[in-house]
Amino acid sequence: MTRLGSGGLIDRSQQLRFTFDGKSYAGHAGDTLASALVANDVKLVGRSFKYHRPRGILTAGAEEPNALVELGTGTRREPNTRATTVELFDGLVASSQNRWPTLALDLLSLNQLLSPFFVGGFYYKTFMWPASFWEKVYEPLIRRAAGLGRASGLPDPDAYEKATAFCDVLVIGSGPAGLMAARTAARAGARVILCEDDFRLGGRLLAERVEVEGRPGAEFARSVEDELAAMPEVRIFRRTQVFGTYDGGTYGALERVADHLLAPPPGVPRQRLWHIVARRCVNAMGAVERPIAFADNDRPGVMLAAAVRTYVNRFAALPARRAVVFTTTDDGWRTAQDLIAAGAEVSAVVDPRREVPDSIMAPLARSGARLLRAAKVTRAIGGSSGVKAVEVAQGGSLLRIEADGLAVSGGWNPQVGLTTHKGSRARWSPELSTFVPGSLPEGMRVAGAVSGDYGLSACLRAGHDAGSAAAQDCGFAAASPDVPRAEDEPIAVAPLWHVTGGRGKSFVDQQNDVTVKDVEIAWREGFRAVEHLKRYTTLGMATDQGKTSNVVGHAIMAELTGRPMEDVGTTVTRPPHLPVAIGAFAGRHRGRHFKPTRYVSGHDWALRHGATMVDAGQWLRPQWFSAPGETDWLTSVIREVKTTRLAVGVCDVSTLGKIDIKGKDAGVFLDRVYINRFSTLPVGKARYGIMLREDGFVMDDGTTARLGPMHYVMSTTTANAGKVMQHLEFYHQVVWPELDIAMVSVTEHWAQYAVAGPRSREVIQAIYGTAADVSNGSFPYLACREIMLGEIPTRLFRLSFSGEMAFEIAIPARYGESLLGELLREAVGRGGCAYGTEALGVMRVEKGHVAGNELNGQTVVRDLGLGRMASSEKDYVGRIMAGRPALVASDRPTLVGVQPVDSKQRLRAGAHVLALGAATTAENDVGYVTSVVYSPTVGSWIGLALVKGGTAQVGTRMRAYDPVRNGDIEVNLVSPIFVDPKGERLHG
Amino acid sequence: MRIPCPYCGSRDLSEFVYHGDAAPKRPDPAAENASELFYTYVYLRENPAGPLRELWYHASGCRSWLIVTRDTRTHDIAGAVLAMESAS
Repeated sequence: MTRLGSGGLIDRSQQLRFTFDGKSYAGHAGDTLASALVANDVKLVGRSFKYHRPRGILTAGAEEPNALVELGTGTRREPNTRATTVELFDGLVASSQNRWPTLALDLLSLNQLLSPFFVGGFYYKTFMWPASFWEKVYEPLIRRAAGLGRASGLPDPDAYEKATAFCDVLVIGSGPAGLMAARTAARAGARVILCEDDFRLGGRLLAERVEVEGRPGAEFARSVEDELAAMPEVRIFRRTQVFGTYDGGTYGALERVADHLLAPPPGVPRQRLWHIVARRCVNAMGAVERPIAFADNDRPGVMLAAAVRTYVNRFAALPARRAVVFTTTDDGWRTAQDLIAAGAEVSAVVDPRREVPDSIMAPLARSGARLLRAAKVTRAIGGSSGVKAVEVAQGGSLLRIEADGLAVSGGWNPQVGLTTHKGSRARWSPELSTFVPGSLPEGMRVAGAVSGDYGLSACLRAGHDAGSAAAQDCGFAAASPDVPRAEDEPIAVAPLWHVTGGRGKSFVDQQNDVTVKDVEIAWREGFRAVEHLKRYTTLGMATDQGKTSNVVGHAIMAELTGRPMEDVGTTVTRPPHLPVAIGAFAGRHRGRHFKPTRYVSGHDWALRHGATMVDAGQWLRPQWFSAPGETDWLTSVIREVKTTRLAVGVCDVSTLGKIDIKGKDAGVFLDRVYINRFSTLPVGKARYGIMLREDGFVMDDGTTARLGPMHYVMSTTTANAGKVMQHLEFYHQVVWPELDIAMVSVTEHWAQYAVAGPRSREVIQAIYGTAADVSNGSFPYLACREIMLGEIPTRLFRLSFSGEMAFEIAIPARYGESLLGELLREAVGRGGCAYGTEALGVMRVEKGHVAGNELNGQTVVRDLGLGRMASSEKDYVGRIMAGRPALVASDRPTLVGVQPVDSKQRLRAGAHVLALGAATTAENDVGYVTSVVYSPTVGSWIGLALVKGGTAQVGTRMRAYDPVRNGDIEVNLVSPIFVDPKGERLHG
Repeated sequence: MRIPCPYCGSRDLSEFVYHGDAAPKRPDPAAENASELFYTYVYLRENPAGPLRELWYHASGCRSWLIVTRDTRTHDIAGAVLAMESAS
C-alpha cells in the first residue's frame, strides 16, 4: 500500500472492494479506480495499441491516454474506460485490455521487434497490394493485434435518456474560475447551470495545497458549493461532461447518472444526454498538463507532475516513494515539495532551464534532492514493473539516478476544444507557449486556465468577472464585487518538447503509439501540414483525441520545418470533446421505441378478435384476423375476401390521413392542388382525387368529400398523411396566401370503418335505424352526409376500395371501439366478418386500384391509366412539369394486370418483365411487377405491373423473371381490373 | 440550432423541416415559356455563402411556414417571419 496515513479527500470509514484482472483490492469512497490502483501500488495497467508496450497511469483526468480498462462483465462490459475518471464503487470489476495471455506476459509485445515496419504511414505502404487481401487478411489481422478493448457484443441492458435544460448562464467546470463564475452569476439573479465532469466540485482546488481566504482550497470549494446548492435558480450537474458546442447557444452534455453504481437502480437511466440551451456560457474547463518526449517516456511510473500532486493531495496515495521530477515549468517544482511533504523522497529535480528563481528552489534546499539546472532527462530506465532509474544529461555527462517514479511537467495546454467546435481556430500564444482560444462562439466567455490564466488568484478574478458579465448580458444587475483572497503561484514555462540522445522510443502520442521518429518520417515524406501529419501518423486520432499529445507533435513538426508555431497551427477538433456512448445518443429510441407507435381506437378490440398487427407508417393495423382453427395467414385472408365479396366485411381505415379544409376559397384551393376539379363537386358528394408534386410525378391520392359549401374533408394515404399536410400548408401559406382557407389535420379525431360487400347497406341501415335512409336512391355511390347517431355526430360516405358496394362511417375516435363492436355484431349476423390490410390489398388489386407500390414517386398519372382524370381547363400543381417530353412518351411503363399462365405458379412482386425468349439482360427489361396477391376470386396469384407500352401489350404472353427468389414463369398481360370490370357491384 | 418561430418562440431545430431558398416564386403557368420557367423553379437553386432567406416548416409546432434568414457559413440566424405575412 502507498496510502498515506492521513489527509486526502477520501472517506476512510468506507472501504470499497474491487478487482483488477481478477485480483482483489480495496479502496475508499472518494477514490477513482486510478487512485485506488496507485494506492495499491499497481503500476502496470495496460498494453499499448501497436507495440503492446507496458503502460501505467499518466494523468489523473479525462485526458488519460494509457490507463484504459474494460469495466464490468457480461452485458455491462464496457471497453476503453479511463481509469482516471472511473469513480470507485464496491464490487467494481475492471480488467486490462489489449494483452494476451496476461498483462505481465504479453506475447504480442513481440510487435516491438517488428517496430521498423510500424512507423508512420505503415498501413498505407504495407497493406496496399493485393487489394483483395485488405478485407480478407490484413484488416482482421490488424484488428486482432492492434486494438483496444472488446465490446461485449451483447445488447446493452441499460436505459439512456435525453433531456433539455434551459438557463441564463451555463458554467462549464467547477475549478476556482468556474465556481466564481457560477457564484457571481447566481448572486446577480441569473438561472445558472454548473456542469462538472468530476464527482466532486473544485477542480484543481482539490488537488493542490493552496489556500483561499485563509482556508484550504477544498474547503473553500465546499463552501461555494453549499451556497450554490441553496439557491433555487441554480442547478449543479456532477459527473457531467459538456462535450460539444452547437449552434444557437446549445451545448451537449452527458450526465453519468449511474456509472458509479454496480447497476442502475430500477427506473434510473445509466446516462442522460442533455441539450443545454444557454443564453450565455462561461467556459472554465481549465488546462491539461503536457508531457515531454524522451526515450522510453512511456514506462509505467512516468506520470505527469500535476497528476502526481493530485494523487498525493486529493487521494493520499503515493505514486512514487523515491521520485525524480523533470520539469520545464515553475509549478513542476511544487510536485517535489508536495511529495516531500507527504513523506516521499525526491532524488532529483531536473530542469532544462539555466535560471530558476530562488523562491522556487529555496523550499527544496534542505530536502536532500539534487537540484539540477540546465539538465534533461534522456531516458526512463525500467520495464513492465515500473521505472527503476532515470538517465539525466547535464553538461555533456550522463547521470543515472535511482528512482521508482518520474514526474514530468512540460507546461499546460488549455482545453480549447469547446471553443473550436463552431469552426474557429485556437491561437498560439508565444508568451505562454501554448494554444489559447481564438475567436469564441457567440455567447461564450472563457475564464481561468482555459484562457491561459493559470494562477489561483487570477482564476478567481477571471471567473468572477466572466460570471458578472454573463449575468449582465442576460439583464441582471451586477452584484457587488467579491473576489476571494488567494496567491498567484509562479507559473513560468520554458517550452521543451522533446529530448534527443536517449536510446529507445520517444513517444508523442502514447495511445496510438506515435513516436518522435514517426513525426520525422512524416516530415521527410512531405506530410508536413498538421492535418496531414495527423492522418499519416494517426497522431491525435485515438479516443483521447490527442489531448496530451497534439501540441507536442505539432511543435516537433514546427522545429523540423523551421516554421513558427503560429504558422504551423493545430488541428481542428469536433464534438464530442470526450467519448460518448452511442447508446446515449440513441436514448430511448431503441427497438420498438425507435419511433412512436400510434394505436387506432379499435386496437384492443382487434387483438381480442385474433388480429395479427402490422406496421403501417407509425400506426399498427390489423393485418388479418385468425378465426378459430386457422393457422395460416393465407387461409384467413382468403376467408376474409370471400366473406366480404359474398356477404359483408368490416375494415378499420382510421389510419388514413384526414384533413379538414374550410373557407370560401376551399374549392379553388382544391382545384389547384388536385389534377381534377372539386369546386364543382356538389355538397353531399365525394370524389376521388390525385395530387402531383410540382415536378409532375404523382404524390398521393384519396377521396375528398364536400360537407358544406365552404367545408371539405380530404383523405390521404396512411403513409403520406404528414407529407400531404405539409404540402397543402406550403401552397396555402407560401404560394397562394391570398386564398381564404384554413385547414387542420383530424386524422386522430375520427375513427373510420369501411363496411363493404353486398350486405353492407343492411349493416349501415341497422346502425342508423330511422336516423337516416341509406337506400340507393337516397344515398347513392359517392354520397356523403353528416348524420347524428343519437347525440354523437357521424359522417357517412359511400366509397369503395374493394369494388363492392361499400360505405365508410366516421365517428369521434373515443366512440370508435364501441361502433366497431356494433358493426361487427350486425355484420356477423349477416354472415360477415372483420378483415385486415391483407384482404384489403387483395381486393384492391383484384379491382386494379393503385396504392403505395404504384404511387412510388416515379409514376405520372398516365402511367397509372388515370390520365383522363387530369383537367385540361385549369392549372394545378405539377401540370406544366408533367408535360415534359419524357413524361408523356408513349413507351413509358404503364399499368397492366399480370396472371401466371399456369394458375398454380406463384408470381412475386418485384419480378422483372421480359419478352418470351429474350436474354435476361437489363436492356431487355420492359418493366416490373409492383403488387402481387393471391386472388380467391380469380383462383390464382395475380399482380399489377408497370410495363412499357402496357395497355397495348394486353393479351401478350411474357416472362416474369425473379432471380432473387429463383422465379421464372410465363405470365399473361391482362387488364388490371380482374373483378367486375363494369363496376356494377359498386352501384348496387 | 434554434429558430425563433414568431408564434412559438425560440425552438429547437428538430421541430422544423427544411425546404430551401425562399427566393424562387412559382411562375405564371400561362406564360409562353412556362415549361422553362417551371424547370428553373423546380430544379435550379443558387448556393450562396452568407445570409440566405430560406423556407422552414414548423412541423412539430404551429405548422407555420417561416422565412428564416440564416448565414449559410455560420448558421447564425438573423430572424424569422411568417411566410404568409412576408412581402413576397
